[in-house]
Amino acid sequence: MGATKPQVEASEAALIERVAAGDTEAFYELVRPCERALFLAARGILGNDADAEETAQEAALKAFSNLRRFRGECKFSTWLIQIALNEARMRLRKERRTLHESLDQTLRADEGDYVPRDFADWREIPLEALQRKELREALAGAIASLAPKYREVLVLRDIEHLSIADTAMALGITEVSVKTRLLRARLQVRDALAPGIDGGWSLGSTEYKKVRPW
Amino acid sequence: MVIEISCEEVWREISNYLENDVSPQLRARLEAHFKGCAHCTAVLKGAGNVVQLVNDGSVFDLPDGFSNRLYKRLQDRLATGRRKSHH
Repeated sequence: MGATKPQVEASEAALIERVAAGDTEAFYELVRPCERALFLAARGILGNDADAEETAQEAALKAFSNLRRFRGECKFSTWLIQIALNEARMRLRKERRTLHESLDQTLRADEGDYVPRDFADWREIPLEALQRKELREALAGAIASLAPKYREVLVLRDIEHLSIADTAMALGITEVSVKTRLLRARLQVRDALAPGIDGGWSLGSTEYKKVRPW
Repeated sequence: MVIEISCEEVWREISNYLENDVSPQLRARLEAHFKGCAHCTAVLKGAGNVVQLVNDGSVFDLPDGFSNRLYKRLQDRLATGRRKSHH
């Protein structure tokens, strides 16, 4: 019953009721907490800010028009992200068609074991390193270099902190696939960042100079 | 008695280990392996750092004015919806 439902879902349901009753402003309250997830989900597929923003807006409008179809089987945010992912994929498909590229090539299953390539020892990253432009750019570049199916999982799980179950629901894949792709995404990003770990963003610190003792 | 585990098996479980999503038996095997294997420990720490870095979120800011533009677009649409319902 309602009393056993988490608070978040209860307030979500209340907002949805307000929208249904004509209080359209309440819709923005529903969207606001997940607008970043909405943008990043689209950004993960499309790869650029302008297309991702437009897609995020389209997804929000679509959710508004179709709110009556939302049955509360998942969180509103998961449903909204699902719509954004679908919109982004459709947009990408349209673009690819004009470029005569095959989407299948990037979507082909490739979930065998991932063997780490670089065994540099990172230890811990000091907080101030995060402020370094080089590290932020390298991280964004490493994530951008992932195949879309790995990037999607990393964005939803590690950036937006969706649960494994919600990530699986939003992407329409199994929880096992989420875990497999998440592993690959994390190890691949690690490998992509490793070459800079003893240079670049650790300048000024001697602590990270010798990360490859062997 | 902890049964040994290979590096390849360890890599397969590193993400689950970080998520605390392994059985106590597997956790014991992994931790015994990390103690004796510098490579796997490096991979574990690196993967943990990736999660922490990505988690920081500041790398992935919304474009300036994103919220306002989204709100404006929704407003325009909601206003149209209201006008329609009045006719």
